[in-house]
Amino acid sequence: MGNDNLKQSTRAKGEILLEMRGVMIEGESDDVWHQIVKGVDITLRRGEVLGLIGESGAGKSTLGIAAMGFARPGCRFNGGSVTFDGIDLLAATDEERRKLRGSRISYVAQSAAASFNPAHRLIDQTIETATQHGIRDTSSAVADAKDLYGRLRLPNPTTIGSRYPHQVSGGQLQRVMTAMAMSCRPDLIIFDEPTTALDVTTQVEVLASIRAIVEEFNTAAIYITHDLAVVAQMAHRIMVLRHGKLVEEAPTREMLAEPKEAYTKSLWAVRKLAKEESTSPDLILKVDHIDAAYGNAVKILDDVSISVPRGRTVAVVGESGSGKSTLARVVTGLLPPSKGSVQFNGRDLPSALAQRDKESLRRIQMIYQSPDTALNPRHRVYDIIGRPLTFYHNLRGKALEARIIDLLKMIELDETYIDRLPGELSGGQKQRICIARALAAEPDLIICDEVTSALDQIVQEEILKLLLRLQAEFDISYLFITHDIATVRAIADEIVVMNQGKVVQQGLKTKVLSPPHPAYTELLLSSVPEMDPDWLTNLLQKRAAKTK
Amino acid sequence: MAEALTETKVPRARRSKVAAAIRELKKAPWSAWFGLIVLTAYVLVAVFAGAIAPYKEAEVVGDSYMEWSALYPLGTDQLGRDMLTRMIYAARNSMGIAFAATLFSFMTGGVLGIMASILRGWFDQAISRFVDALMAIPSLIFALMMLSILGPTAINLIIVIGVVDATRVFRLTRAVSMNVVSLDFVEAARLRGEKLPWIVFREIVPNILPPLITEFGLRYCFVFLTISSLSFLGLGLQPPTADWGLMVKENATLIIYGDITPLLPAGAIALLTVAINFVVDWFLHKTSGLRDGQ
Repeated sequence: MGNDNLKQSTRAKGEILLEMRGVMIEGESDDVWHQIVKGVDITLRRGEVLGLIGESGAGKSTLGIAAMGFARPGCRFNGGSVTFDGIDLLAATDEERRKLRGSRISYVAQSAAASFNPAHRLIDQTIETATQHGIRDTSSAVADAKDLYGRLRLPNPTTIGSRYPHQVSGGQLQRVMTAMAMSCRPDLIIFDEPTTALDVTTQVEVLASIRAIVEEFNTAAIYITHDLAVVAQMAHRIMVLRHGKLVEEAPTREMLAEPKEAYTKSLWAVRKLAKEESTSPDLILKVDHIDAAYGNAVKILDDVSISVPRGRTVAVVGESGSGKSTLARVVTGLLPPSKGSVQFNGRDLPSALAQRDKESLRRIQMIYQSPDTALNPRHRVYDIIGRPLTFYHNLRGKALEARIIDLLKMIELDETYIDRLPGELSGGQKQRICIARALAAEPDLIICDEVTSALDQIVQEEILKLLLRLQAEFDISYLFITHDIATVRAIADEIVVMNQGKVVQQGLKTKVLSPPHPAYTELLLSSVPEMDPDWLTNLLQKRAAKTK
Repeated sequence: MAEALTETKVPRARRSKVAAAIRELKKAPWSAWFGLIVLTAYVLVAVFAGAIAPYKEAEVVGDSYMEWSALYPLGTDQLGRDMLTRMIYAARNSMGIAFAATLFSFMTGGVLGIMASILRGWFDQAISRFVDALMAIPSLIFALMMLSILGPTAINLIIVIGVVDATRVFRLTRAVSMNVVSLDFVEAARLRGEKLPWIVFREIVPNILPPLITEFGLRYCFVFLTISSLSFLGLGLQPPTADWGLMVKENATLIIYGDITPLLPAGAIALLTVAINFVVDWFLHKTSGLRDGQ
C-alpha cells in the first residue's frame, strides 16, 4: 500500500482536475441532429464531489460521460473542450483516452446488474481494469479488492468475491461496482444514478459506503441523479441542468437554503404535496386472510388482510420482495390465492381471471409502473383508449371518437394526440394515456402499481395531482402500490406497510406516519432521504449508537 | 418532460405511408435496389409467362439439344422443347409453389408459435416436443419419404414442405412472441377480458412482424431450394411441368460437352436467392435498430 500513500500525497485539494468549457454535444435521431448539451462549463477540483441534477432529457448523463471525453453511439461533440489534468481529451487519440479510462477516470452505472458479466466471478471483474492497465499484478490486486470490499462494508469481504453477480443482492452489487471503479485509485469517478434502482433501506447503506470511500481516497466525483435529497447528502456543490443548459450552480447548503431560479424552486416544491386524509365506512374492496405462492414455492403473501374504502386511497408500502405487487395480482385475478377470499362491492370475487365476468373486470382497472411497456407500441391513442370503450360500453363511430376526445381532455391532453403512437409521446404523456385507458372503463377501483416511479419529479407531481382530481370528480378508489414515502404523503388516506409477505402495520396515514412505529416501519421511514445535507450523517450516528 | 418534448423535439408532421416508403427507398443501398429490381423482374416474368414465352410450356418445337439460335434463343432440351420457354414457365411453377408452401408454413407454425407462448403449460409442451421430434429427422429425407408415400403432386409438395418448414417457423415465432407476451400491455388486454384471437392478432402480431417478414424472405429461399432439390431427385414437380431443378437434371449430360445451358436454370435459382437475401438484409437492418450501435 506504500504506492497508495505516495499517490495520495501528490494529491492536493483545490487543484483543478477537470475543466469542461462550453461543451456542446449533439445526437442523431431519424437522420436529424439535435443539440443535447448546449454549452456547459464544469470545473472540478481534486477531492470535490459535484452533483448534477435535472429531469430526464436534461443531458446530465451525456455530460457525465463527456467528462471521460466520450460520446455515446449516435452522439458527437460539436464544440467546447474537455481538459483532464492538463490533457485535452477531445484532441487526444483514442489510444490515449483509452489509457485514462478505467485507470484515472472511472464510471459507475445505474444498473449494476446489467454492467456485470454474469459468467465471471465478482473478484475477477473487480481486478480486471487494474491488471489490464498493468497497474498491479494479480495477487496484489486481489488483496486490494478484498480490502476495498471491507471498506465498502460488504459482508464477508474475503470470500464475497468468489461469488457470481446473481448470487449477491442489488445493493451489494452496486458496492462491488464501486470497488471495481476504485481498484485503480482513479482521480475522478462518475456515478450515474447509482442508487436509483435500489430500495430506500438499501440505498442508505450504499450512499454511506460510497461517501466514505470517496472521502477516504480524496477522489473527485461527479454524482448524477434526479433525486435532490440524495444529492444533498453526497455533493459539495450542485449544478441544476435543464434542456442541456445550466440553470443554477451553488454549494450544496446554499442551494438548498435559498434556490434562486424559478425552475430550481419548482424542483424543491414537489415534495411538499400532501393530501388531507379522510375515511369512509363503505368498503369497496376487502382482502380477507390471503395466502399466495408461485407454484409450490415459499409463500409470497402470508395471511394478508386489507380493505379499501370507497372513493379513498390506500397506499401499500414496502421494499421489493415484500409482496405488494403480488397482492395486486391476487386482486386482479392473475394469481389465484391458495387461501382466503377477495370481496368486491360486498360480494365474493371468483379467484381466477377466467371465471370473472366482464362487469367485474370492468370495475377493477390497473395502471402500471412503466408506461413504455403498458402501451402497445403499434396501437394509436385512438385504439388504446377506444378499445375499452368499444369492449365494455359498445361505443362505435362518432360517439366513440367524441368520448375519446372527452377522456383526452380529462387527462389534460387535446384531440391532436388522438392519432399518435406511444413512441411519439413523452413519459408523462404516456402515463396519462394509461390513466385514460383505465378511466374509459369507468371503474370503481384502480390499482396503481408504482405509477410514478419511472417519471421525473415534476411529472410525478402532475400525475399525482391528476389522480387526486379524478378521484374527487368520479369517486374512484385507488389501491396505490409504491415504495416512495413522499408519494404516500401526497396521495394516501390510509397506509398498509408490508414486509416479507406480511402486513406490518395499517391504518390512517397520520397514525402510521407518526411514532411510535413498529421496528420495520421505523427503519423504512428513517431511510427516506431528506433535503437536509446532514441527514445521512445524523442517521448513521443514530443507528451506530443504537447498535452499541 | 411534457415541456421538454415540445422544446427539444418538435413532433414531426405525419407523412403518408407511401411518401415514407419512397423516402426509405431513396436511402436504400445499391444491394437492396439490385435485389428489388431482380425480384420485380422475376415476379413479372412469372405472372406474364404465357404472354412472354415464345412457345407453349411442353411443346416439342425441334430436335433435341439444339444450339442457341435466333429461333431458339437458348437452344432446346433433351426432347426438343424450347429452353427459354421452359425457363419462363418454370419461374411461375417454382415460385408459385414455393410461395404457397412458405405461406402455409407461416400460417400453421406462426399461429401455433404465438399460441404456445401465450397459453404455455401442456399446450406449449405438446407442440414443442412434437416439433422437436419432427426436427430430429433430416428434413430432405423426411420430405422424400413423405412424397414417395403420398405421391409427388403439387398440393402434396406444398403440404409436406410447408409442414417441414413450419417447425422452424414455430420455433422462431414462439421465441420472439415470448418476449412480447411478458409485456404489461398483453397483461392489460387479458385483464380487460380479451379473447385469444384479439391478443394474438391485435396485440402480439403487430409487434413481432419485422422478424417474421425477414424470416419469410429467408424461408422462401430455403423452400425454393428444397423444391428444386426434390425435383432434381425426381420427387418434386413432375414432367412435363417445367421446373428449374428438373431442368438441370434433364439436361445435365450437356455439361460434359462444355455447354453451359443446363447451368442457366441453376443460375436463375442462385440469382433469385441472392436478390431475396439482399432485400431481407436491408429490411432487417432497417427494423432491428442494428445501426444504433447496440
